[in-house]
Amino acid sequence: MSTSTLVPPSEPIAPKIPEDNYLSRGYGLRSWLLTRDHKRIGILYLISLSVFFLIGGTLAGMIRLELLTPQSDLMSTDTYNKVFTMHGVIMIFLFLVPSVPATLGNFFIPMMIGARDLALPRINLLSWYLYIVGGVLVIYTMVAGGVDTGWTFTTPLSTHYVNTNVLSTCLAIFITGFSSIFTGLNVLVTVHKMRAPGMTWFRLPLFVWSLYAASIQMVLATPVVAIAIVLLALERTIGIGVFDPTKGGDPLLFQHLFWFYSHPAVYIMILPGMGVISEVISTFSRKRVFGYKAVAFSSVAIAVFGFFVWAHHMMIMGISNYAVLVFSLLTMLVAVPSAIKIFNWTFTLHKGAITFEAPMLYAFGFIGLFTIGGMSGVFLGSAGTDVHLTETFFIVAHFHFVMVGGMLMAFLAGIHFWWPKMTGRMYPERIAQVASIVTFIGFNLTFFPQFILGILGMPRRYASYPPEFQILNVFSTAGATVLGAGYLLSALYLLWSLKYGQVAADNPWQATGLEWQCQSPPLTGNFTEMPIMDHEAYDYAWLEGQNRNRRKVGHR
Amino acid sequence: MVSSAFPSAAAEHGEHPPYLLHHFQSVEQQADAANFAMWLFLLSEVMFFSGLFAAFLIYRNWYIPAFVAGAKQLNVGLGALNSGLLILSSFSLGMGVWSAETRRKSCLVLCLILTFVLGLGFLGIKSIEYAEKIEKHHFPGLHYSLSSFIDPSSDQAVSAAGERPLPLDMARHTELYFSLYFAMTGMHALHMIVGMGILAYMILRAWGGAYTSGHVTFVKNFALYWNLVDIVWIYLFALLYLVSRH
Amino acid sequence: MSESIHIVVGPRVYVAVLLSLLGGTGITAWTALLNLGIWNPVIALSIATFEATEVVLYFMWVKYSPRLTWLAIAACIFLFSTLISLSLVDYMGRAWGNW
Repeated sequence: MSTSTLVPPSEPIAPKIPEDNYLSRGYGLRSWLLTRDHKRIGILYLISLSVFFLIGGTLAGMIRLELLTPQSDLMSTDTYNKVFTMHGVIMIFLFLVPSVPATLGNFFIPMMIGARDLALPRINLLSWYLYIVGGVLVIYTMVAGGVDTGWTFTTPLSTHYVNTNVLSTCLAIFITGFSSIFTGLNVLVTVHKMRAPGMTWFRLPLFVWSLYAASIQMVLATPVVAIAIVLLALERTIGIGVFDPTKGGDPLLFQHLFWFYSHPAVYIMILPGMGVISEVISTFSRKRVFGYKAVAFSSVAIAVFGFFVWAHHMMIMGISNYAVLVFSLLTMLVAVPSAIKIFNWTFTLHKGAITFEAPMLYAFGFIGLFTIGGMSGVFLGSAGTDVHLTETFFIVAHFHFVMVGGMLMAFLAGIHFWWPKMTGRMYPERIAQVASIVTFIGFNLTFFPQFILGILGMPRRYASYPPEFQILNVFSTAGATVLGAGYLLSALYLLWSLKYGQVAADNPWQATGLEWQCQSPPLTGNFTEMPIMDHEAYDYAWLEGQNRNRRKVGHR
Repeated sequence: MVSSAFPSAAAEHGEHPPYLLHHFQSVEQQADAANFAMWLFLLSEVMFFSGLFAAFLIYRNWYIPAFVAGAKQLNVGLGALNSGLLILSSFSLGMGVWSAETRRKSCLVLCLILTFVLGLGFLGIKSIEYAEKIEKHHFPGLHYSLSSFIDPSSDQAVSAAGERPLPLDMARHTELYFSLYFAMTGMHALHMIVGMGILAYMILRAWGGAYTSGHVTFVKNFALYWNLVDIVWIYLFALLYLVSRH
Repeated sequence: MSESIHIVVGPRVYVAVLLSLLGGTGITAWTALLNLGIWNPVIALSIATFEATEVVLYFMWVKYSPRLTWLAIAACIFLFSTLISLSLVDYMGRAWGNW
């Protein structure tokens, strides 16, 4: 195996984009808005997700601007409450939850398993429309004055004490939840029933395993938050009493039902990102993923164990001490499969022929930042320390490390990795590498001080704070500016590349998935002939043989 | 990597049924996928109701006297009748599926209509029960009245049964019982109404012969949905009407 | 695996299940009116579970369905029981003596 660090990929660019592809099959709004092509739906999601990310990111900028000074001087405390609530709602429900499953998952799962589309194309389109309706409702909420309960809608604040647009937000989340359920349902049916001949479970790319695990959670956990929201709405409108202590109800019951979904939700968010990392690490070290079965089973284990730990979000809320003990123990267990995956990816790198393209840089960022974020979670899972750290900026730093440093970096890794396949164009590599480093630096500057702030005792969701915390907040805001610049740069050059990027070949990275056997961009039906899988996953020897034979299954 | 032609792409349209969608290799695969998809949707519905069952379990065990007083306001006979109607409708729908599979069109239409009528009967009895509750001010919210529970003479059903009045704070918890009653049966009724809408559509399509030419997937998957709604009612009947009477 | 697509369940099975369900409904309604103490909920829920099982196996054809369907249903039941049991860890562990 070559030990040089820069292995030039063979034929990374092509003379021109193939004439017949999924983008050229039908122009005009109707062909896109009524499409059943999973690839087009993935692109629709990508565009709408980016819009909502922009809105959520702007809200984040507003938070950081307010926190530059100790006083609540940029906006009133009520407005600040609305800003961080909307930031949370948008980023979680409208960005992170659908990010990889609805864009990259929709686009690539059928191609990776050798199918022509997802099992239920019309349900797929319905998912997107439900997502848009939910998104529009969230925008309506913002225009109508926002909601200020925090994205967690803690009762009885949200049922009895605020006068803001709780109901419209609840409706938005309810509808978006169904979008998520249908996406997960589609993935599960597709992976079970539509694999190509020879594509056994243990020959699937690990991306598919991760999305499968996340889809189990999407289908089974999301309905519980749906009923929690329904009961919240009934409590708020009619006053049914299920969360009202004066009528005998228990406000904590809402939290049990809410977190029963919202904890698996964080795994719904991170598992697809982990799937991307498996693909990227393998491709850019030219080595099969170490411990395939361990990674595959860990993905499912994360999904299963993720259902058992929800009350670790409620440790200070008044649950019984016995419950605190049980959930703390279970939380320690759920960290294990994630750690197993990190170890496996690291061992994949060992003795690999590593190159440092942008997706790989994002993947390195993921491994480092997700590990830090995950380990900070152990502090929070341990009840003794959680009592002091919860509801401080430590929690904020923890979830931003795993979600932004982890998931968002994985999303960007995936977007860059599959960009040539989706668009037929290469993004500009140098600028992308610079942007990934800028993002990494900005991220650390933004969120690492927040760990310290949390330990020092700065509470979250407060617009003002004691003056001694200002310097760390200033660092954090400075970092946020750098982070924002990094994301903006990425968006700009990706858009630029659509018109001016080099035309990509079928397999610029020499990756082993079935999707790389198709043309870039793919045909509407993905394959011209039914692919028959006769090799293991991540089989680079097979790929070399393929290159020699030049057998084309994904070309006109 | 070996490849073979896609059967559905290569075949002329006459060789495969018109209802075979192009991304499936065979009718079996398509029906199998649709069946599994329906099951996953039903499982998500089960999880949806699970939150209500959890709430019921917790509050019943906290406030047993209030739940007993509340349950006594329900008529077991009407509830059992409703159960019977739904069970019969599941049966008629099953017979409808059998008719579709054996290509008996008029039998299918008859069975679907019978299912629809039985569903209407269920909803009719439910509305009678609801009307009675609302009249007695047992609908939770602004107009909820505790008088049935703190003053037995104000309520004929309670005084006829010789019930004793509840202490005030326990009487307040009866509102929780009725909240769960209306939430659970209301959510169930909502699912039934949606089902009846789809049933009406199916009756029209069945009349046109859509399900008696070999493509029974829609009827079968609808039957799965309808039976789940039946199962939910079986448990609601047991929990709301039966377990808290003493 | 798609046996349920090919197996046509006949009227005899449906009638048998129908009669069993109606009988169960009658028994459960009648026993609810008697005061059997702790056994009331046990009997009612047992009969309900028996009826639900019959509906699932025969009216929903799970008896003739692929193992995948069984696995999915089992996963859902397991998750439902997780929600209930781990919530109960909280509610039963509270020191209010209400349980």
